[in-house]
Amino acid sequence: MGKVIVVTSGKGGVGKTTSSAALGAALAQNGEKVVVVDFDVGLRNLDLVMGAERRVVYDLVNVIQGEAKLTQALIRDKRVETLYLLPASQTRDKDNLTPEGVEKVIAALKSAFDWVICDSPAGIERGATLAMRHADVAIVVTNPEVSSVRDSDRIIGLLDSKTLKAENGERIEKHLLLTRYDANRAERGDMLKVDDVLEILSIPLLGIIPESMDVLRASNVGAPVTLADGRSAPALAYFEATRRLKGEDLPVTIPGEKRSFLGKIFGRKAA
Amino acid sequence: MTDVLTQPRPIRLKGRSFLALALTPELPVADWLVRLDDLAARSAGFFLRRPVVLDIDGLDIDRQELRELVEQLSSRNVRVMGIEGARTSQLGPDMPPAMTDGRPAADFEAPAESQKTEKETVDPVEAEAPAAPLQQPVTAAPSLIVSRTVRSGQSIFFPEGDVTIVGSVGSGAEVVAGGSIHVYGALRGRAMAGSTGNAEARIFCRKLEAELIAIDGFYKTAEDMEPELRGKAGQIWLEGETIKAAILG
Repeated sequence: MGKVIVVTSGKGGVGKTTSSAALGAALAQNGEKVVVVDFDVGLRNLDLVMGAERRVVYDLVNVIQGEAKLTQALIRDKRVETLYLLPASQTRDKDNLTPEGVEKVIAALKSAFDWVICDSPAGIERGATLAMRHADVAIVVTNPEVSSVRDSDRIIGLLDSKTLKAENGERIEKHLLLTRYDANRAERGDMLKVDDVLEILSIPLLGIIPESMDVLRASNVGAPVTLADGRSAPALAYFEATRRLKGEDLPVTIPGEKRSFLGKIFGRKAA
Repeated sequence: MTDVLTQPRPIRLKGRSFLALALTPELPVADWLVRLDDLAARSAGFFLRRPVVLDIDGLDIDRQELRELVEQLSSRNVRVMGIEGARTSQLGPDMPPAMTDGRPAADFEAPAESQKTEKETVDPVEAEAPAAPLQQPVTAAPSLIVSRTVRSGQSIFFPEGDVTIVGSVGSGAEVVAGGSIHVYGALRGRAMAGSTGNAEARIFCRKLEAELIAIDGFYKTAEDMEPELRGKAGQIWLEGETIKAAILG
């Protein structure tokens, strides 16, 4: 039985889809069977980020409504053969997702894959609650700024009450993925500090992904950042996050701390 | 006096809960009234001056029958202050208002036969006063302990007494308590203590970063709070009509 992960945030534009694709690809590169499911029905993006937009025939809604078989809708990645995508529908809306339909699809995926990664839409409505409903693990994607942190807090509350695990009295495993971390802005103090975010949300930190042009570049060529350039800073951060997700105990380094340390030395030399 | 009149003061809207006696009529109503008369006969004035709520949830009677029942009760000096569990079709503008969200409380002690006869022999006047006054069982003030963080968008509502939170209250979360509020963590959301009219209630927290605090209907927003208290452990109480705050030890 595979593990079901929901990548969620409440707020839009914080990096859920980028992270879903990057983590999915990183897990698959280790030979594990991974499927990334796009729950953002009506506003699908994951197919673009994964470079599969021209290969979509059937989608999640087709499968739920019985118009296509699951195997027909799954798209195998051309670069990593254990990576699959289940795209969302762009023409339908979220009302087409039924709790029973989602349950069936997730159960089928769980038995066929090691990891089922659900890319949640923004918001706290139907799409988001259905995406988190069957999750074993939640990755809460947050930017170091107040509105994102508050929305994440709200999502954590929902994870603790609206998921199947929570309703059965179990605790859903939650991890914080801090994305779009800008070392320069952190240095200037116009961004929330890592410690402040951790104190407010009080869930374990899975990783810190630096703000980087590499992310934009990767999505423009339709590749998860961990496939586009495996040695870029965000890709390395995602690889580390993947190892932590699998239970490894790795210390988290705050991006830019090393550089600011060097910066101080250079600063002194220049003076 | 003129001073008071010229100062625009907001009207305070406060909630308050009272203990009412809930009567649950049964069908046929005539038989139930006989039993009620029997109970009332054992202690004259049992229903006198006592607020009574009629619980007709699941009772199959129409508006006219309900109106007659209320009249029957009023002829027995039972004054119905409200009706619980009624469908809108059963109520009319001339009838007591609908009541919702009733919470069970301790049972009223029904007057017992033997007590009444004893008392009558000792002092007949006693029977005129409400016999067997409401027994107040010795119970501690109720309190609610929440041993987790209250997240944004969540709301803890406990008008019965104190609320203790072992964790933080997130920005956009709220805690409403009839008594005091204790937060063993950061208070970043809203805390409203003494919401049922308890001016003695207080708010305590490990780290004061609240968006809004209120005691007994008087409130203060983050903007009006003393900046030097921010981030500190603190307590908040009411002095007259002013909210006071101080750093805790």
